[in-house]
Amino acid sequence: MAEPKTKYDRQLRIWGEQGQTALEKASICLLNCGPTGSETLKNLVLGGVGSITVIDGSKVELGDLGNNFMVDESCVGQSKAKCVCTFLQELNDAVKAKFIEEYPEALVDSNPSFFSQFTLVVATQLAEDSMMKLDKICREANVLLIFARSYGLTGFVRNSVKEHAVIESKPDHFLDDLRLNNPWSELKRFAESIDLKVPDPVAHKHTPYVVILVKMAEEWAKAHGGTLPSTRDEKKEFKELLKAGMVAMDEDNYKEAIEASFKVFAPRGISSDLLQIIHDSCSEVDSNSSDFWVMVAALKEFIVNEGGGEAPLEGSIPDMTSSTELYVNLQKIYLAKSEADFLVLQQRVKSILKRIGRDPDSISKAMIKSFCKNARKLKVCRYRLIEDEFSNPAVSELQKYLSDEEYSVAMGFYILLRAVDRFAANYNSFPGQFEGELDEDISRLKTAVVGLLNDLGCNGSTVTEDLINEMCRFGASELHAVAAFIGGIASQEVIKLITKQFVPMVGTFIFNGIDQKSQLLTL
Amino acid sequence: MAESTVHQSRSRDLDKLLLRPGNLVAPTFEPGAQLRDDLQEYAKILVVGAGGLGCELLKDLALSGFKNLEVIDMDRIEVTNLNRQFLFRLEDVGKPKAEVAARRVMERVSGVNIVPHFCRIEDKDIDFYRDFIIIVLGLDSVEARSYINAVACGFLEYDSDDKPIEETVKPMVDGGTEGFKGHARVIIPGSTPCFECTIWLFPPQVKFPLCTLAETPRTAAHCIEYAHLIKWDEVHSGKTFDPDDPEHMKWVYTEAVKRAELFGIQGVTYSLTQGVVKNIIPAIASTNAIVSAACTLETLKLVSGCSKTLSNYLTYNGVEGLHIKVTEFVKDKDCLVCGPGVLLELDTSVTLQKFIDMLEEHPKLLLSKASVRHQATNLYMQAPQVLEEMTRSNLNLPLFELMGKVPRDIVHVTGTTSRDDKKASCLRKLCLVFKGADAVTDQDMAVGA
Repeated sequence: MAEPKTKYDRQLRIWGEQGQTALEKASICLLNCGPTGSETLKNLVLGGVGSITVIDGSKVELGDLGNNFMVDESCVGQSKAKCVCTFLQELNDAVKAKFIEEYPEALVDSNPSFFSQFTLVVATQLAEDSMMKLDKICREANVLLIFARSYGLTGFVRNSVKEHAVIESKPDHFLDDLRLNNPWSELKRFAESIDLKVPDPVAHKHTPYVVILVKMAEEWAKAHGGTLPSTRDEKKEFKELLKAGMVAMDEDNYKEAIEASFKVFAPRGISSDLLQIIHDSCSEVDSNSSDFWVMVAALKEFIVNEGGGEAPLEGSIPDMTSSTELYVNLQKIYLAKSEADFLVLQQRVKSILKRIGRDPDSISKAMIKSFCKNARKLKVCRYRLIEDEFSNPAVSELQKYLSDEEYSVAMGFYILLRAVDRFAANYNSFPGQFEGELDEDISRLKTAVVGLLNDLGCNGSTVTEDLINEMCRFGASELHAVAAFIGGIASQEVIKLITKQFVPMVGTFIFNGIDQKSQLLTL
Repeated sequence: MAESTVHQSRSRDLDKLLLRPGNLVAPTFEPGAQLRDDLQEYAKILVVGAGGLGCELLKDLALSGFKNLEVIDMDRIEVTNLNRQFLFRLEDVGKPKAEVAARRVMERVSGVNIVPHFCRIEDKDIDFYRDFIIIVLGLDSVEARSYINAVACGFLEYDSDDKPIEETVKPMVDGGTEGFKGHARVIIPGSTPCFECTIWLFPPQVKFPLCTLAETPRTAAHCIEYAHLIKWDEVHSGKTFDPDDPEHMKWVYTEAVKRAELFGIQGVTYSLTQGVVKNIIPAIASTNAIVSAACTLETLKLVSGCSKTLSNYLTYNGVEGLHIKVTEFVKDKDCLVCGPGVLLELDTSVTLQKFIDMLEEHPKLLLSKASVRHQATNLYMQAPQVLEEMTRSNLNLPLFELMGKVPRDIVHVTGTTSRDDKKASCLRKLCLVFKGADAVTDQDMAVGA
């Protein structure tokens, strides 16, 4: 009920106090404060990030009044960074807002160590050359980096960080961890203590489906040499047996049991995603390993040993038709098992820490607990250096995208967004930026596209004339609505990276403002 | 001269899109300064809702070449709005959202005119909505969307071949968000599905059975709803629960805690109590920004033709990575709201009163307390009282005569209907055919059937 937090109530319901604290500790640097940058920061300032530093060397022009909400007529001729910073500060006085009047490109060249003071850098409207330099700087300094650019009716957002490991990935739909296909002894014993054929109809219809399924599966296994239903016919038969257990038509618990019977049929053990993580080379830990990988190493040992092929139990159960008493008892059984699993994993973490020469208590109990609870949902996101992607893209993917109808426009824009930077490097302006040279610019851009495709090893592939024409028509314009969209995406990625909750996108997001069929490309 | 330079310069970026010809544009696109000026001068747009989406929409539209905007919202500003409704400050709490939002955007973007309407959407005459070229919806309720959709679709007329008549089409652009997820859609009545055609996209909220709350509570939410829905009425006989009264909320919280302790249930918190009782949908700035921007872009494209349009439903999900999907839903040709109208065959002797009674029993309509309008004439109005008294005498007259003895015509009826056990205002278009009125009718019928 803390009053100062009331204004954050609607977001605390998403990322909680921990997520909010992470945001409030973060210092964000913005490069270029046109509408794309301004809108990105607006969303973050509202959410209460710790501090922002706006870097832009330009002065506000009349044209900026038509696409940027963070400047007004009184700003014309003044430092854009200063004006945007002032307006952003108005949105939330809890945020420390600073500005530096300097061109980001110059800063990247002259003072690379400047960027190491930030948690995260949002680089907007940067050309290819500066992007690559900044990327290396941030990668080296371990600073999170997000590129965002709006260009006419297109644009892109791209995260860049060596590795981002997520414990609290909070997926929307994830199968609950009930172990109905592999119940442990306490759960089995609890189920045994309950009589499914209880004569009292009220008790009968308030027996939780978990108990029904554990008992029926046990019975089935006894009759089938220890195996659970696996063929279609067996599954059907199992469901028929469940149906036969009903004594009245309105027994929701039995309906739930039939609906959830697939949880009995599901294969035991961990998912292929988790398997990949525990077999990642990083799970061979040493003194330089991160806490995350130390815990993964412990998890790997747990799965092989105490877990019997399973990860630690999550410990929570969904609501289900049940009497209060049985439900609460069931909750306690799941909780006790997850607590026991946690203690084992914690012990393993400690001994691994000791083995690699670290303080055995250096990873907090709360952290290990959260890791256990989310063990099945761990995510690891990795990002190539921009330079690697630009000079050495996955050609097979690239060609696939170019020829796939669903992706070809987005892929075309990806190529064009790079081609306009080549164009600009040659002609000192973007194609179609100024009136009067449109036709010439179209053919020049076409040449740049062909050259780029050749360099990428995609000889023979093309980008359609229509798309090249459109790109020239856009003339490097930064439309407010497109900037607000791109800025919205960028700020959402910032939140995911900083709170370490949810899963950031991997790949390059290409905005397609023509028919809204935007795509995420992994190259 | 100076004036025009300033003008050109201000729309530096937008001019590229509006003044230059393009290849991937709508067939109606006529690039040029005229188009830009017409957008500013004539395109009047209504934004419904001045909340998380509404604030963004007003800003985005004002910076996308539109200068005539109106906004309607019945709410006042609350502290919990401030994490995303960026046009509001702490000192604005308690003031009408529509008024503050309009003022802030006008202060920042010169030349834009925004008229605020601090009222319920149902308080406006139907004709109020006719004035706008496009209606943009930034709402968080199914009922409100459904109402505006019915109003906009109500303007739609079909020609004798059941083709929509162009001038009567009132497009809508609709956005919605929840946490990291959202949608944006374009509704062109008569061509794309309307809100009602795809109502299944908004499944009704699941409610706990009362017997669970009363007898077998298992979760914190069950305890909270017990205190809110059962215990409150038991203790406060006659006094209605007010979710905005902190004393009321604290009482429910305390009772829920007691109940949870009694049953050994964990997890009742004040925050959860508010969430459950008020059905709070988590909301953040970034998702609102994304969805509003998509809606604005579609609005600009619909009005100017400067690019293709979204066809017709976009979903955004940023929970796990980033998923943007465009789905082309199809129209329900029998839709009660955007179709040519529910066909009702009547005897010429049926009185208006009898007709109103029929609506209540009609299985597709179930419309009670109907007011009836034919073209610009109110045949019967339930409210306000003056109008009710003025139109009451019509009730005993035959509808056929009240409608000028035409054999077939459209009437609009408004009334209440229930959806998921909740009463909601609703508006329906009916196509009335009078039996035996003349020979032409029979032929029409044959075509219609």
